[in-house]
Amino acid sequence: MKDFIIPWENGTGIQDETDRGTPAKSGKPVTLTIDGMEITVPAGTSVMRAASELGIQVPKLCATDSLEAFGSCRLCAVEIEGRRGTPASCTTPVHAGMKVHTQTDKLRKLRKGVMELYISDHPLDCLTCSANGDCELQDMAGAVGLRGVRYEAPKAGGLANHFEARNTSGEVNPEWLPKDDSNPYFTYDASKCIVCNRCVRACEEVQGTFALTIEGRGFDSRVAVGAENFLASDCVSCGACVQACPTATLQEKSVIEMGTPDRSVVTTCAYCGVGCSFKAEMQGDQLVRMVPYKNGKANRGHSCVKGRFAYGYATHQDRILNPMIRDTVDQPWREVSWEEALSFAAKKLVGLQQKYGQKSIGVITSSRCTNEETYLVQKLTRAVFGNNNTDTCARVCHSPTGYGLGQTFGTSAGTQDFDSVEHSDVVMVIGANPTDGHPVFASRLRKRLREGAKLIVVDPRRIDLLETPHMGEAHHLALKPGTNVAVVSAIGHVIVTEGLFDQTFIAERCDLDAWEDFKAFISDPRHAPEETEALTGVPAQTLREAARAFANGGNGAIYYGLGVTEHSQGSTTVMGIANLAMMTGNIGRTGVGVNPLRGQNNVQGSCDMGSFPHELPGYRHVKMPEVRKIFEDTWGVEIDPEPGLRIPNMLDAAVDGTFKGLYCQGEDILQSDPDTKHVAAGLAAMECVIVHDLFLNETANYAHVFLPGSSFLEKEGTFTNAERRINRVRKVMAPKNGYEDWEVTQLLANAVLKETGGKAWTYTHPAEIMAEIAATTPSFAGVDYAVLEEKGSVQWPCNEAHPDGTPLMHVDGFVRGKGRFIVTEYIATAEKSGPRFPLLLTTGRILSQYNVGAQTRRTENSVWHDQDVLEIHPHDAENRGLRDGDWVRLASRSGETSLRAKITDRVSPGVVYTTFHHPDTQANVITTDYSDWATNCPEYKVTAVQVSPSNGPSDWQERYNAQAEQSRRIEAAE
Amino acid sequence: MTDEKMVLMANQIASFFGTQPGGDQAAGVAAHLKDFWEPRMIAQLKDYLAGGGANLNPLVVEAGESL
Repeated sequence: MKDFIIPWENGTGIQDETDRGTPAKSGKPVTLTIDGMEITVPAGTSVMRAASELGIQVPKLCATDSLEAFGSCRLCAVEIEGRRGTPASCTTPVHAGMKVHTQTDKLRKLRKGVMELYISDHPLDCLTCSANGDCELQDMAGAVGLRGVRYEAPKAGGLANHFEARNTSGEVNPEWLPKDDSNPYFTYDASKCIVCNRCVRACEEVQGTFALTIEGRGFDSRVAVGAENFLASDCVSCGACVQACPTATLQEKSVIEMGTPDRSVVTTCAYCGVGCSFKAEMQGDQLVRMVPYKNGKANRGHSCVKGRFAYGYATHQDRILNPMIRDTVDQPWREVSWEEALSFAAKKLVGLQQKYGQKSIGVITSSRCTNEETYLVQKLTRAVFGNNNTDTCARVCHSPTGYGLGQTFGTSAGTQDFDSVEHSDVVMVIGANPTDGHPVFASRLRKRLREGAKLIVVDPRRIDLLETPHMGEAHHLALKPGTNVAVVSAIGHVIVTEGLFDQTFIAERCDLDAWEDFKAFISDPRHAPEETEALTGVPAQTLREAARAFANGGNGAIYYGLGVTEHSQGSTTVMGIANLAMMTGNIGRTGVGVNPLRGQNNVQGSCDMGSFPHELPGYRHVKMPEVRKIFEDTWGVEIDPEPGLRIPNMLDAAVDGTFKGLYCQGEDILQSDPDTKHVAAGLAAMECVIVHDLFLNETANYAHVFLPGSSFLEKEGTFTNAERRINRVRKVMAPKNGYEDWEVTQLLANAVLKETGGKAWTYTHPAEIMAEIAATTPSFAGVDYAVLEEKGSVQWPCNEAHPDGTPLMHVDGFVRGKGRFIVTEYIATAEKSGPRFPLLLTTGRILSQYNVGAQTRRTENSVWHDQDVLEIHPHDAENRGLRDGDWVRLASRSGETSLRAKITDRVSPGVVYTTFHHPDTQANVITTDYSDWATNCPEYKVTAVQVSPSNGPSDWQERYNAQAEQSRRIEAAE
Repeated sequence: MTDEKMVLMANQIASFFGTQPGGDQAAGVAAHLKDFWEPRMIAQLKDYLAGGGANLNPLVVEAGESL
């Protein structure tokens, strides 16, 4: 839509966003003259873009620099000396010595004529139009000096336009279409459409869904969705079309309702680990819309339905804004002052430590909160409680990444930036579903697949990425859940035994003794795909072809998700993936690498910040005295040299009676962690559970203190995404609960320190917390808010050696020195299917909902997904007499629940799949407490289950809901 | 945690290190336990070992001597 050309504005983070009409190119320099001024640009640049870089904006309608030139509107015509006619500047590339004129009498007349034709089929209701003040058509009418429209309806009858519903006699205009407002967030008003094709091209080029098209020809041309309406179509509501539309044809409903925004502030999305930059567009302290920020380096101006539209939870009526306490969890909540709540919590915590010991309490940091907030929460337990009982939800997602990459490469992080995928030739996606879980990255990947990169998917389920329109070669290794290590080892076997490994890379970069051991191990015939086929379900030939494609395909990149980590051998698979990258030399340059797709916005950051019980910030073990000394000197306390409890260990210790108090910030362990009954038993056994959250989540059913949290729109700080990119989070409105979350943690710390006589914390701004992080953590030494303001973002390590940050890791050598191959023997999980539980359940996410759904269920995203369903193969459904949509009972040795069946061949026979977004279903009552051998990351992805017909919710679900309702009562204020 | 769960977890660790080349598998198990198990978990394992250590992988038993 309209370009806001805003210079550096202190505090908003906005840098130049001029729409230069066509994308940037990278050819050799070419010098030309435009309107008498000389300019040098890369070869391949359009005349339009070259002019824009001189500050000359050639009028345009169908061009925008997020899309390739299209050349349909004819408004951008220019004259070029020595050439006939008036070529379109958007589709004309620059040539050396070219002399271009953008303003001549001939061009003025031509453009005015073009605009007159456009406006002849456009309603002149600008003053009441929702795009008033933000409309490129309006701007261009002004720019070309349009002062009248000579064209009228034919005398013979009919309106011959698309914008009047009826003629003056009341007859229906067959060309007029009613507004499509089926999408909850935006409308499609065909009467305003100028058929510039930008929406169609955005859906294709930027998003890669191909939901839109132009049907008809000439005057009959219309944007069409290939279905009854937008909601019923393939549209994924990413907003790219709305962003691209130059008129009010595709318009956010929030703008229609509220009007145009008056200011913008750059901030970072609080959903997945892609970490998209957005402009929060505001009227005063009211959020009008979230618009993807063009200069955001993770998303490059793109977005998904969650970040773009699903922010309504931040102002939802369910938000709790006052602190609450209660003595026992069967009592109703009582609203109290902050002072009373904090004093109540502090006295309880101190009392518990006096009674049960220093290690009887702990914290869970949030991967939804900022780096600064997370740092303070782990500091609370290490420096104030005096133990290392801190953990974070990365425990249940990517802790095996930390261990596996740490062992092989020497550090726990993805090796690339997201731009890197533009240079990949073959991409292996293992146990991840990017179109749903990391949609903006998926769009960037799909673009590369359309350009010819090969795709290898290792997943039990046929994910949407395999249905990418216009992609080339794709391999699907549809393995049986729980056999990742066998498949990854078989791929390695093929590469090694067929001599496809990169001997030079290995010799120069890797530990050769470890390589020789590994080579001998992996060459053993027991790893051959023909041997593993019966176990993994992956046909040997399919696996061999995929392995050859990866090894021979040029730049090979691996992206993986929780389908890798959430297994009893999660860490082993991560090491196997690192082995594959090293043996093929796919590390240390653009287009390759090992890339964990992080689940939550700040999973990377929460791990970096020392949330794990065995590591201080920067992944340094607490056993190391020199590391402890840094923090002991800074904090003025002694740090426990022993590792603390991980989340599952906390719950076990609670059931045993030795862990009694928990401060849980921004995480809902009762819904998200496995084996719900065990989690509930652990929470119920604690004497003080403090939940700090936006909502009364499921965990709060067992809490004694509720501290209201602030949304990402209400705080200052930073998030670190899956690329290690540290992005700023900026406050655009005051916290509705009164405090930013880092302030709440500081208040709690100080309430405890008041009881114990310690020295109070005195942070006044998150920038001070970041300064402390930088002073204590070498990989963050160069990070401060001024640097982030100047550069927009940086990727750690950012320090004296890497002042601009580090887009690519392990370029000249591995962090640990030599890369270490590790033997990865397949060991079957203890969770096995059998006569009682013959199917294997695996779980995942869906595009429109996010994890436990606390945010997205409180938005209109539920129109796409209002309940969890069980995907089951037609064969397994028929054996059980199930029809699509039936209620089914899903039972494992841990528990049972009921939900509706969806019959689909996306899952293989013997495998069923569901999501865990809805507390009514509580999919985790089914999952077991088996976990990764190295990290205790739960084995969510493999549970032996039985499925049978059912009449509706189980007794357990009804009892759970009754207990939850009872627990959420709030006593009326006196 | 139940002894059964602890035995399973310890044996999982031993199963990994048992597949690693070199002769220091038990040392690998011991180092992993020290790095990642909280002292009360280690204490439970030591008590269990003192009680005979039924069903524990021999590498865990060997590792237990250095805990």
